[in-house]
Amino acid sequence: MFVTSAFAQESAPAVEDGHTGTEGDTHSGTGVPAEAHGVFPPFDPATFPSQLLWLAITFGLFYLFLKKVVMPRVGGIIDVRNDRITQDLDHAARLKAEADAAVAAYEQELAEAKTKANAIGQQANDAAKAEAEAARKKVEAALDQKLGEAEARISSIKANAMKEVGTIAEDTASAIVEALVGGKASKAEIAAAVKSVAR
Amino acid sequence: MAADKVDPIHQFHINKLIPIEIGGYDLSFTNSALFMVATVAVASAFLYLSTSSRSLVPSRLQSVSEMAYEFVGNMLRDAAGTQGMKFFPLVFSLFMFVLVANLLGLFPYFFTVTSHIIVTFGLAALVIGTVVVYGFMKHGLGFLKLFVPHGVPIYLLPLVVLIEVISFVSRPVSLSVRLFANMLAGHITLKVFSGFVVSLSALGTLGIAGSVLPLAMAVALTALELLVAFLQAYVFAVLTCMYLNDALHPGH
Repeated sequence: MFVTSAFAQESAPAVEDGHTGTEGDTHSGTGVPAEAHGVFPPFDPATFPSQLLWLAITFGLFYLFLKKVVMPRVGGIIDVRNDRITQDLDHAARLKAEADAAVAAYEQELAEAKTKANAIGQQANDAAKAEAEAARKKVEAALDQKLGEAEARISSIKANAMKEVGTIAEDTASAIVEALVGGKASKAEIAAAVKSVAR
Repeated sequence: MAADKVDPIHQFHINKLIPIEIGGYDLSFTNSALFMVATVAVASAFLYLSTSSRSLVPSRLQSVSEMAYEFVGNMLRDAAGTQGMKFFPLVFSLFMFVLVANLLGLFPYFFTVTSHIIVTFGLAALVIGTVVVYGFMKHGLGFLKLFVPHGVPIYLLPLVVLIEVISFVSRPVSLSVRLFANMLAGHITLKVFSGFVVSLSALGTLGIAGSVLPLAMAVALTALELLVAFLQAYVFAVLTCMYLNDALHPGH
């Protein structure tokens, strides 16, 4: 007689060990036909209706539970995760595009600033050159003017000197003539003579 | 006494826990039924509890559930295409049921539901029944094209059709016997080697020393049985997918 037969591994074999008499006694209480016990248990047709019934009940419930509760839930979890991954990838792509745009804008600005700086430099260079040129011209002009003035003075001094040379020559000539000849030569004659000699 | 414990068949005995008899049929709640309930309860509880947090970044247990889900889903999609996904709940529950029943059976003193031919045959009949019913519903008599492959010369046709019919009819048998026989043989072998350990140890010091060998064998076999438990659930699910593909696309 075993009540907790699922765990009766130890007690049951002792009963079955060839003693058909005891076996029949044991199972008469549970209502199993004694003749079914010669059969290899998995091929015992007496157990088929019960096993099929309980398989149908348990598997049917299992199927319904999985279909109605578990699978929508697991599928939902996986879908949500996939959506989230796509979303995150999109977000990353968008951020990357933004970063690229920022880099492009920065580069453009840099190029513009470079051009501008070059232009400013060029301008400053030109201005400095022009100024220097102007200053040079002014100085040159001043020098030219001074030179002109100096030359004019030199020529006037030279003319005066030449004029004076004539007078001195006439005086000297008249004095020589006086000393040599003793008479006075007219001024005009002397002047003419000096002029012809000087020429 | 030692010899009693070695009886490798005992583990397959059906014992009545709650005798029920209706209309002359014995529908008792047996240890087999108890372990069917346990299988369903363990599988349901695992799938339900492991996913209850619905984390975006899954915990270990949640990723096990997700892996099983995606594993079966990909298997079905590869074999039967996206149209086959309407059978996803069926294939997934078959896979989980067989897998958990096989794994539970590995525990000592536990009953292995799938080691009874009637259980595996019931599951196989469910698969083939689904294939036949859905095939005729969807394609009508066109479902019979399943038995007439394309491009076969007319004089060979009777022979080929006969072979196709036999192969179709043998499907539920092969599907159920494969799982049943694997579980049965594995558990008997395991029990025999474990029995050696017990009977050798009873012989004294030398026997205890000698029992190391069958013990190592039993450990190795347990690992093998773990693999077989998973593999047979996988094979059962894959074949289910392929048979369902026939229901969806009977024209080969």
